Amino acid sequence: MVSIQNLHKKFGKNTVLAGIDFSVEENGVIAVLGPNGSGKTTLIKSILGMVISDSGTISVQKNDIKKNWEYRKNIDYLPQIANFPGNLKVRELITMIKDLRNKDADDQTLIDFFKIQPFLDKKLANLSGGTKQKVNLVLCFMFDSPLIILDEPTSGLDPVALIKLKEIIHREKAKGKTILITSHIMNFVEEVADRVVFILDGKIYFNGTTNQLKQQTGNPDFEHAIATLLSNHDA
Amino acid sequence: MYFLFYLMLGFVLLFLNNDLSGAVITLMNVIIILIPLIGTIFGVMYYYNSKEFTELLLAQPVKRTNIFLGQYLGVAISLSASLFFGLGIPFVAYGLFQSAVLSHFVILLVTGIFLTFIFTALAFNIALSNENKIKGFGYAILMWLFLAVIYDGLFLIALVYFQDYPLDKFSLIATVMNPIDLSRILILLELDISALLGYTGAVFKRFFGTPLGTSLALIMLLLWVILPVWRIARIAAKKDF
Repeated sequence: MVSIQNLHKKFGKNTVLAGIDFSVEENGVIAVLGPNGSGKTTLIKSILGMVISDSGTISVQKNDIKKNWEYRKNIDYLPQIANFPGNLKVRELITMIKDLRNKDADDQTLIDFFKIQPFLDKKLANLSGGTKQKVNLVLCFMFDSPLIILDEPTSGLDPVALIKLKEIIHREKAKGKTILITSHIMNFVEEVADRVVFILDGKIYFNGTTNQLKQQTGNPDFEHAIATLLSNHDA
Repeated sequence: MYFLFYLMLGFVLLFLNNDLSGAVITLMNVIIILIPLIGTIFGVMYYYNSKEFTELLLAQPVKRTNIFLGQYLGVAISLSASLFFGLGIPFVAYGLFQSAVLSHFVILLVTGIFLTFIFTALAFNIALSNENKIKGFGYAILMWLFLAVIYDGLFLIALVYFQDYPLDKFSLIATVMNPIDLSRILILLELDISALLGYTGAVFKRFFGTPLGTSLALIMLLLWVILPVWRIARIAAKKDF
């Protein structure tokens, strides 16, 4: 599905990705974890072509993504910060994205699911952070693509919406999708992830299942296992 | 709004002033300064305002250059259309087609549209290269100031300083290098009042009056559009978001 070889990226003097080798072939949820500034979002944006890497190759569904844009038709993306044009209404934004993608979309089910019906005619600038995130989620999941990328999906969600998010992730997983998630929230990751990839200072330090992580660090508790990984690699 | 401005300007000038060619000259002066300014400001403002939307688009299966060139063309074309209809309507109402100054009007519009496209492209270039909105806006205004005002000042100083040397070629080249001056010269020549420019006017007339001269002028204006637009496409392709 996604294959990354020897990816390097510098922003000015700051090396953010220092040789990432990583591939995802299976269905299920792969969580990308790491402290702030480790390169998680840069990695995700590189897969999407929003950040252009300095060297290395990225392929999505066996196609090299360099200078390519059509492959994005098969990726559903949830950005970490939802940058919506404030003067558009929710309904208008959904229609616009549907037109752009030119793909079948099941927005109504998701609108009902996340209960954003009352907000459809409100301008995006007037919505609360949590509601914007729900709109963000609708826009992401409505297209039914084989690869789903979620960047900090829990931010701004109230406990009810959080449960709904987990429900949707499990549903998509059952459909055979590949879901890439970045998150800081350990118990969320533990509940949904099949595989965990741990990035620190632009390099991958762990790539395996949650059970393997617990065994390797000798920690029965996921959160503490991650903490052990972090402290082991403290520079 | 912009359209209304031109509409008003056109009507006022024409109907208050029974002299059609006088109106054209006043318009020329307004256009030479105002169009580049408007193109610059709108270009920069539009780019920064739609930055969030652009980031949304970048994750979609859309080609990057299409996104940015689309935005550029959107601004340039709508500004040009405002100009075209805003000036066109009063002139036609006044009876443009019956008068001899039709070609004057045409050259005004043509140079106006060229200047719109040129300065909007330059503005997009500056905005694309500067993440900091204040810096970007500042550079854009400076760019306009330089091309609209300072360039001519420097040119005059050079003329005075070097007045003992034959300066025809220098004047020609210096004029051709600045799209604003180039437009001004083309309009003045078309209006056939280049006599006002004295000896330099005669030189220009002799050069631009020839088919070679006119085509060179048009090619330069085209280059002034094509090069910035090409750079927009190049930067857009490599930029990180």
